Amino acid sequence: MTSPIALLPDAQLRPLLDAYEASVRSRRWHTLLILACIAVAMVLSSMSAEVSLPKLFDNIHRFPSYVLRLFQLENGRPVWTDVAEWFWGLPRWLRLLGETLLMAYVGTVLGAIGAVMLCFFAAANVAPSRWLRMAVRRFCELCRTVPELVFALVFVIAFGLGPLAGVLAVAIHTVGALGKLFAEVVENIDMKPVEGITAGGSSWPVAMRFGALPQTTSNFVSYALLRFEINVRSTAVMGFVGAGGIGQDLIEAIRKFYYSDVSAILVLIVITVSVIDTLTSYVRHRLIGLQEKH
Amino acid sequence: MPAHFPVDLDAVRGRHPQHFQRFDRRRQTVIALAAAAFALLVFAMDQLDFFDGKLLKGMGRLVEIIGLMLPPDPKDWAHVRIFSSALLETIAISLLGTLMAAVLALPLAFLAARNITAQRVVRFLSRRSLDTIRSVDILVWALIWVNVVGLGPFAGALAIMTADIGTFGKLFSEAIEAADRKPVEGIVSTGGGQLLGVRFGIIPEVFPVLASQVLYFFESNTRSASIIGIVGAGGIGLYLAEAIRTLELQQTSFIIFMILVSVVPIDYVSGQLRFAVIGRRGVVA
Repeated sequence: MTSPIALLPDAQLRPLLDAYEASVRSRRWHTLLILACIAVAMVLSSMSAEVSLPKLFDNIHRFPSYVLRLFQLENGRPVWTDVAEWFWGLPRWLRLLGETLLMAYVGTVLGAIGAVMLCFFAAANVAPSRWLRMAVRRFCELCRTVPELVFALVFVIAFGLGPLAGVLAVAIHTVGALGKLFAEVVENIDMKPVEGITAGGSSWPVAMRFGALPQTTSNFVSYALLRFEINVRSTAVMGFVGAGGIGQDLIEAIRKFYYSDVSAILVLIVITVSVIDTLTSYVRHRLIGLQEKH
Repeated sequence: MPAHFPVDLDAVRGRHPQHFQRFDRRRQTVIALAAAAFALLVFAMDQLDFFDGKLLKGMGRLVEIIGLMLPPDPKDWAHVRIFSSALLETIAISLLGTLMAAVLALPLAFLAARNITAQRVVRFLSRRSLDTIRSVDILVWALIWVNVVGLGPFAGALAIMTADIGTFGKLFSEAIEAADRKPVEGIVSTGGGQLLGVRFGIIPEVFPVLASQVLYFFESNTRSASIIGIVGAGGIGLYLAEAIRTLELQQTSFIIFMILVSVVPIDYVSGQLRFAVIGRRGVVA
């Protein structure tokens, strides 16, 4: 393609190019240094993680063949030739999937209730005491740093196998995650209503209920919906440690090499998760729209 | 006291009737929704055995278990050494998985971004596959990779990589779509091709955002990496699950304590790096 733009003569272009080179050179060194650091970190961690490329290349063909095998029935035919056979356990899986959704729901609601109660004590602008604020913040941090599955493992010992342990694990994690987000929401509110109510002589709980809470509700609900979406995903694997839901059947199918069952359950999970995703994002956009209208 | 300045309540009521209505339409819907949510909650709790006495009995046992967990005690130094090396392995898994995912997700993100990829079919397919990857949990990926490369930390790193490709692909493509079009137009108008436009027009703009997201995920992946050992994919999770299953409760609490302590400096360092990359703007969602 011929360029329609007239280029400067070489004598004039040279100093400009040199200046560009000079200004880019130091940044280029900077980038190289960072890349070198990352490379060193990669090599060190590959050594620690026992990465062996020969092993990967020897076995990588098994990944596609494993995935393909997932979509074959026991008689070697592809799954879609006999959908009834593929989804032979549909009633049971749907029941377990329903249980998973209920677990996620209860976990999210209980966690959100806990977080709403805690967040006013953790927000810098309304917290009644500094020490209480620090304590509540640390508690939330503890709840969300320990992975849900670890809580589930401990709760399975205390409450026995079953969904109860899973729900409580999800709820505790949700308290931690939402407590932090809710506190940030409260920190961003307009303080004037709270001041007005306090100036009118009412107590702290009343000021929170009528001054702070109305400003935060739509954000709270929006974050809780987002969390529900995340919790659906994590309750789906609670069964891996015996804490209820569809995970129990999934891990059994994977461990015992019931290939077509694995793919059937995964397909059900993927469909459920994307339906929930779509629904919650629709509701959340409605909520945000509502908030902007006011 | 209200008596000091007389308010003609009836006049106010006449002027603003809507504020004196006890339940207006909006309020009614909200109350109905809350009641429905509460009914569903009670139904679900009943279905999940909340009300048949297991909860109370379990609470008692839970208190007992927490009592047995304290104080954290690894038993001896040999265990401390094993746990520390497993913890390092966990961090290595997380770092490796996150970086590999970032490298692999970048091209996919360009394919899924509306302002780069004009073909709707390509965009649709890459988005759907990213969504599918995202909706499968990291533990499932770990189990699948264990079948491919065998037990061990390598499977864990690959699992984190796979799960994060989905998330990064989505986040990166959103960042790319939010980028300003003008630098690209400028470059294309001076004769640079589409590729040069992406390289000099878009990458410099989105790179800080992407880097901060990668750092943020390194942090949260360290937490996920600490549990994938439960399914045999390396890291400290193996020892944690073993300690819980064999009821070595003091060791359990020691391992949890180690994980918590190791997350703190990672949090701090990646937070500082993030601020250095994007300025004091806080977390980029």
